[in-house]
Amino acid sequence: MIISVASGKGGTGKTTIATSFALSIKNAQILDCDVEEPNAHIFIKPEIQEKSPVFIPVPQIDKTKCDGCGKCRQVCVYNALAVLKNDVLVFSDLCHGCGACAYFCPQKAIKEVDKEIGIVEIGIKHDKYGGNLEFIHGKLNIGQAMSPPLIREVKKHINPTRINIIDAPPGTSCPVIESIKGSDFCILVTEPTPFGLNDLILAVEVLRKLKIPYGVVINRSDLGDKKTDAYCEKEKILVLMTIPFKKEIASIYSQGIPIVEVIPKYIEDFQKMFRRITDGKFS
Amino acid sequence: MKQIVVISGKGGTGKTVITASFAALAKNKVMADCDVDAADLHLLLTPKIKEKYDFRSGVTAVVDKNKCIQCGLCRKLCRFSAVNSDFTIDSVSCEGCSFCGFACPQNAIEMRENLAGEWFISATRFGPMVHAKLGVAEENSGKLVSLVRKNAKEIAEKIGADWIVIDGSPGIGCPVIASISGVDCALVVTEPTLSGLHDAARVIDVTRHFKVPVKLVINKYDLNLDMTEQIELYCQEKEVPVIGKLGFDKAIIKAMVENKTIVEYSQGKSSKTIKNIWLRLQKEVNNG
Repeated sequence: MIISVASGKGGTGKTTIATSFALSIKNAQILDCDVEEPNAHIFIKPEIQEKSPVFIPVPQIDKTKCDGCGKCRQVCVYNALAVLKNDVLVFSDLCHGCGACAYFCPQKAIKEVDKEIGIVEIGIKHDKYGGNLEFIHGKLNIGQAMSPPLIREVKKHINPTRINIIDAPPGTSCPVIESIKGSDFCILVTEPTPFGLNDLILAVEVLRKLKIPYGVVINRSDLGDKKTDAYCEKEKILVLMTIPFKKEIASIYSQGIPIVEVIPKYIEDFQKMFRRITDGKFS
Repeated sequence: MKQIVVISGKGGTGKTVITASFAALAKNKVMADCDVDAADLHLLLTPKIKEKYDFRSGVTAVVDKNKCIQCGLCRKLCRFSAVNSDFTIDSVSCEGCSFCGFACPQNAIEMRENLAGEWFISATRFGPMVHAKLGVAEENSGKLVSLVRKNAKEIAEKIGADWIVIDGSPGIGCPVIASISGVDCALVVTEPTLSGLHDAARVIDVTRHFKVPVKLVINKYDLNLDMTEQIELYCQEKEVPVIGKLGFDKAIIKAMVENKTIVEYSQGKSSKTIKNIWLRLQKEVNNG
């Protein structure tokens, strides 16, 4: 089973929910797909056991074979290749690694070489009951623009025999879609402010488009106004959990400690939430 | 004319609240909301849309069933697993690379241009604003950011504006890179949490990578004074000036609920702090 945690607006508490949720249920695995700014490791503190670089294939021109015909530039929709009189320039930051240039080169002058875009790290966290939580995250290299290929690599580690919790990036564009597609359920974390509601509505549109069932967690539920509750009621969206604003929770979070480690009552709340999700009693 | 962008790495640290206040405080300026996939600046600046344009960008493969002989080449070549087993296209996975379209021996694949969003030129109580709405689940947010910035710059040049105030997006990927390129200053807003420090450090590295001058503000600094100190030490080490610290203040949320910037809503502590941040930022950016 795959349950993703997303939000639209950033900073609403995705990582708080994803990590504490994963720590509260049995047989879980957490995959941090916010590869631009991964934070789950701060809370889980896994023992990292494996590190591997992630590459995308980019073209390399064999100048002895290239006759400057320009076919590669014609088939590259990303403008990652420029053909000059005696040279072909490769702008690898623009390349999506589709492979069309190499395939169509009549001179077979293009070889695809690996370009590192980030790393995937795999680790484990043992809990005090002898169980373990598997941990996987991706980390995009500084200066890299494209995160989806790295997110795809992280998701290759989804283990169908476990409960996979995906921590998604904020927003509604390609990295979010890449992270949450294929999920059986998505938890949307929001806060009851105008910004939170505006971005929740966008996130709901995404989930409706992807046809993924979802429910909402309202964080800092006593700040802001009542419009988020009204919206959820009107749209018949299941509110899975509400968490009030407390300086204690903010302080625990700021130190990188999962709330379930300090306030054990939340373990039960997360287990209850898990049962509600798996019972299939959602709209 | 100077361009200032507010970014954060981590989401939800207060970028938009600060950008909106700068919009209220700066004289003779144009605003640009470059958080195109979860734009919120309009909620505080309540723009009146004057001009509206389609953002057409990228393409998606569409298979013509009548021409397709199901040879399977497209499925073999596609690296994004976007060709389903029945030779229809999973448009969410399609990267628009057009490899399949070029390769199809039957010419059965058409690449259709995407309507990827909309962008607007608006009037606000503080001056002109350029903003956008990326379509749900669309790509090319970096291109849309560049388009918003280009138009904000044209307007600024036309009216002889002194400032372009830009609201950035969270993260360090393509929209962020597009929003910081060539600005006079990137202001990183962070919060005193381990995540806030971790993410600010990464986005500071990005500004350094692209050689953009960077300064930092700590929001809600009083929620964890130890972490605030750690962030200050980190910035000192990296030679990033910390130009202000804002305390946690429920008035900021109350102002938001009333669709106002904090500097309009109250004359309290947060309002004063932001005014001082703006004065300092303005002075330092003008002195290069």
